[in-house]
Amino acid sequence: MYTQAMDTMGKEMAEAPKALRSAEELALQARFDESIDAGDFIEAKDWMPENYRKTLLRQISQHAHSEIVGMLPEGNWIGRAPTLKRKAILLAKVQDEGGHGLYLYAAAETLGSSRDQMLDALHTGKAKYSSIFNYPTLSWADIGTIGWLVDGAAIMNQVPICRCSYAPYARAMIRICREESFHQRQGYDSLMVMMQGGTDAQRAMVQDAVNRWWWPCLMMFGPPDDQSPNSAQGMRWGIKRVSNDTLRQKFVDATVDQAKVLGVTLPDPDLKWNEERGHWDFGAIDWPEFYRVVAGEGPNNRERLAMRVKAWDDGAWVREAAMAHARKQTTKQQAA
Amino acid sequence: MTEPNTQKEWPLWEVFVRSRAGLDHKHCGSLHATDAAMAIQMARDVYTRRQEGSSVWVVPSAAITASDPGDKAMYFDPAEDKVYRHPTFYKLPSEVDHM
Repeated sequence: MYTQAMDTMGKEMAEAPKALRSAEELALQARFDESIDAGDFIEAKDWMPENYRKTLLRQISQHAHSEIVGMLPEGNWIGRAPTLKRKAILLAKVQDEGGHGLYLYAAAETLGSSRDQMLDALHTGKAKYSSIFNYPTLSWADIGTIGWLVDGAAIMNQVPICRCSYAPYARAMIRICREESFHQRQGYDSLMVMMQGGTDAQRAMVQDAVNRWWWPCLMMFGPPDDQSPNSAQGMRWGIKRVSNDTLRQKFVDATVDQAKVLGVTLPDPDLKWNEERGHWDFGAIDWPEFYRVVAGEGPNNRERLAMRVKAWDDGAWVREAAMAHARKQTTKQQAA
Repeated sequence: MTEPNTQKEWPLWEVFVRSRAGLDHKHCGSLHATDAAMAIQMARDVYTRRQEGSSVWVVPSAAITASDPGDKAMYFDPAEDKVYRHPTFYKLPSEVDHM
């Protein structure tokens, strides 16, 4: 997921391109535009406009940060998973998220930023991550709901990026999407178990989790199209393939039936089938809340960031010791 | 790496995985590690969690020499008009066309 970067990066991306300096640069720009128009991929060493590079670096690194920060709300429940089976599944899922972060950091590094620079931007609050991970996981049902709804929304968002014009990003996304499907299915499966074989209290717990996660999930797709000034440029560059509102509608349409089968109610009184449009209508999203959470005022922003910084600081001695060991081995080999 | 590494960040490695015995190793991504042994260990954890591989190679990224993308046309286009290098260029009588 986690493609809110384009919508939360302000005006920088929309800036008019600077006056081109030379005929050579003009020719490079023309060749780049041709490649994009032809649906070709751009590779790391190919020439690209500076704003394309900056926009991608921002989006991919924020995507990577989201994967890593996304490990926290779920990691919170590994020690409390109700059975060994669920614990093994959750461990595998959280490990996947770490792997997804790694694929994405590696893709972002090809654009000329180092891993440490990106982590520094995250830790100092300069870089953002998806708004969704600033909400708390209060019960075990939240873990299933994250799998079903959050990962479901993420998949909806991520599938079009598999066709992103920047090849290293597209390749990372293909790998991620292949692994992500298990995440959504295990979540739905875990909720099914509680809804079908559980107690009334467990069913109420599932409904409560769905009530809390539904609206933040709809926000994951970013602001409405008419308030998403950078979308047009993103589309032109082949970074964004499908608009925020289109993806959001697709997610709602897909989820309504799944909710019915599960036996939960989606917390939206305005949700109803629109025969004319052939889609489900849904109620107004609380956009001021979205912008508050993005700006750092969500329920868990401070805690999440503090956890990441602590993990990084606490691991410093391990990183340094491993480097020292490698240096020592190299020196020893050379002496021999 | 033959030079002792003095930088603070872990060096970058490229990972190649053989998905099944009999197939060739294929590039699948990169990662940071302090030495080859650690790179192999991490490549296993990151790239083969679902039995995607039966063998892994790691190569320091700095050791790879690549062709210049700017030379792409000069390097590869000359092969474009050499259709006679392909079997389909040759039309044979249908009795022997399975040759």
